[in-house]
Amino acid sequence: MKRQQEPTGRRQSIPRFMHHVSRFMFHALSALLLICILLSADAQTIGVGSKRFTESYVLGEIAKKLLEEAGYRVELKQGMGGTIIVWEALKNGDIAMYPDYTGTIQETILKLATPVTSEQMRSALTEHGIGMAGELGFNNTYAFAMRRAHSDSLNIHKISDLQDHPNLNVGFTHEFLERADGWTPLSQRYGLQLKPRGMEHALAYVALNNGEIDLMDAYSTDAKLAEYDLTVLEDDLHFFPKYNAVFLYRLDADPAAIDAIHKLEGTIDEGLMTRLNAEAERTKDFAAAASLYFSEVEHRTVEVASESFVSKLARWIGRHLMLVGISMAIAILVSIPLGIRASRPGILSQVIIGVPGVMQTVPSLALLALLVPVPMLGISPTTAIVALFLYSLLPIVRNTATGLQNIPTPLRESAAALGLEPTAQLTKVYLPMASRTILAGVKTSTIINVGTATLAALIGAGGLGEPIISGLALNDAKVILQGAIPAALLAILVQVCFDALDRLIIPRGLRLEATAQQAAAGE
Amino acid sequence: MDESKIALRDVEMRFGDVVALHSTNLQIGAGQTTVLIGPSGCGKSTILRLIIGLLTPTSGAVEFEGKLVSQRNILALRRRMGYVIQDGGLFPHLTAAQNVTLMARHLQPTVPEDAIQTKLDELCELTRFPQEGLARYAVELSGGQRQRVSLMRALALDPDVLLLDEPLGALDPMVRASLQTELKEIFSSLGKTVILVTHDMAEAGYIGDSIVLMQEGRILQQGTLDDLRERPADDFVSEFITAQRSLVQL
Repeated sequence: MKRQQEPTGRRQSIPRFMHHVSRFMFHALSALLLICILLSADAQTIGVGSKRFTESYVLGEIAKKLLEEAGYRVELKQGMGGTIIVWEALKNGDIAMYPDYTGTIQETILKLATPVTSEQMRSALTEHGIGMAGELGFNNTYAFAMRRAHSDSLNIHKISDLQDHPNLNVGFTHEFLERADGWTPLSQRYGLQLKPRGMEHALAYVALNNGEIDLMDAYSTDAKLAEYDLTVLEDDLHFFPKYNAVFLYRLDADPAAIDAIHKLEGTIDEGLMTRLNAEAERTKDFAAAASLYFSEVEHRTVEVASESFVSKLARWIGRHLMLVGISMAIAILVSIPLGIRASRPGILSQVIIGVPGVMQTVPSLALLALLVPVPMLGISPTTAIVALFLYSLLPIVRNTATGLQNIPTPLRESAAALGLEPTAQLTKVYLPMASRTILAGVKTSTIINVGTATLAALIGAGGLGEPIISGLALNDAKVILQGAIPAALLAILVQVCFDALDRLIIPRGLRLEATAQQAAAGE
Repeated sequence: MDESKIALRDVEMRFGDVVALHSTNLQIGAGQTTVLIGPSGCGKSTILRLIIGLLTPTSGAVEFEGKLVSQRNILALRRRMGYVIQDGGLFPHLTAAQNVTLMARHLQPTVPEDAIQTKLDELCELTRFPQEGLARYAVELSGGQRQRVSLMRALALDPDVLLLDEPLGALDPMVRASLQTELKEIFSSLGKTVILVTHDMAEAGYIGDSIVLMQEGRILQQGTLDDLRERPADDFVSEFITAQRSLVQL
């Protein structure tokens, strides 16, 4: 009698566990929905975005402080991405304002070949529902930089001097290589034969300083130009347009918020901006650079709150777990039924396996960029969750299908011959038998998801990618590690948790069978 | 029409161009042990799989108690038949006891533990399976024990019909001999309709009331061992019998 109780209990623990899991998922989803509703209901919150480099972060912090003083709650989405991502976010209303540059607005946003006046630019932007505040006071144009000793020895001082040196090692930002006013027309205008490769801006400084590259594109207010004592080559054919810094804002934003941003006009010249950038890089704290702005421009001490490390870490990890948890929960709920369907032969099964497979080949950054313009998504955690969900499908779908297909025919026939209905065959025999393979798929998916979720920070969705991206902007390995180490530890933790879950979910008989097979293979 | 429990009427089974079973008529008497025998690929397992509905005949009809076996009634009919295959077909994620009681619990989730235990005791005694083996998984059982558990599972719902597809085929000779004796006793004590597939003539002659000898998808002869031995339908029948000479004759 007693002997029978134990195995019976174990048998029922699988559905009971699944019940707990599905109940947890339901609560998690409800909580997320509630958070979304609460956030959208708060009319006093204003979203400020920035691009992925130090200066944009600093301007974001300054704008945040000004708006807070005007009585707003500010949601600062730092380092959202390149021009297109942040511009789309502004148009979608995910953010209300962000700093950009007139040259970029003309070439990349409005796609105009020739320079236009501020008035023409304003009226073109109005068609998109976007306004442009006055210039901040500095021109952050593109510049070409070389090590001073190197440029002196080769006697290169102007961009046209590069014509005689086609074999220089060149590292340019991906944006500069791709944009309409970037490398292609410049090389044509100057007749240059260089073969540049694309690299991250902050890393290019290190590569240049180490001698791994000889020439890079830079922004003329970069603090590193002075720090590394680099030569800025003269744009002798006046190729680069003016990149005067301005704030773009939504015309439907609160008028008082727009007024607050107008206060920045004409307050920052090139010298000040370079100092603010240097301050940010020195202190690794963009808020500190914003404080410097207020002390230099308004001669007042402003407490721009910089968060404690522990509180930041807790926020990053919390957000990271939320992104991984929700995307995985939905992925499991969707993938297992898809995998069950895909375990049967036929074209549809190939499609079910094929589509997530193709999804996997889209670079995660590209997937994020593609999702941002989709209505209802935009720059938000939802977009990150959708992307992570899409990435998590394949291992689970594939493993569920394989696990079911690998059940030997005699056992399938035995289940049918007993007189079990097809559904009962699945739930009582096939799924438990495939549980080891399915769980392995979920484990793989989750570990990949923990890593991929660091990219969520690129679209302002937070998580442990936040310090990684600021660290890249600051070119500071310590800041990068603040995100990279917890992310790695999290992946290990996930691994450990799943090993424990194996014992809970995989029936003991299957574990014994695997051990027996291993022993047989070892003989 | 007749008192057969199961009947095949002009049943033909094709897989593409391959004919697994040529148009076949066969009556299985109620309460009898019928043995299907023949070389590999002769169609004997195909007949079992047609009866339990794992295959649907290309043409012709399979009848159970005079009624056509169809997709509509197959679930109910399967629950009146027990099916045992060569290596037992035990589900590896369940213990022996869980394998045996799977269907009973599925059909009646509130079945009292007492009733389950009584049934298990009864089946253990019948199949001479040790009680302490009930908590073990298939991987922890010997080949002979697995077949006993498989037989218990087939008998758990007290079916009218038992279908056994080379149930002793994978066992070593000693175990096989003792299980042959036990199976014969069990079949005669239960009085169920039994169809057993084997390729061993001695086993067929020992266990079967009626022997159906098959070759290449056709039934050559049906009768007792004596019928086959003394009045073989053709040369193949006598060849098949003499080929399986016993040690005693050597």
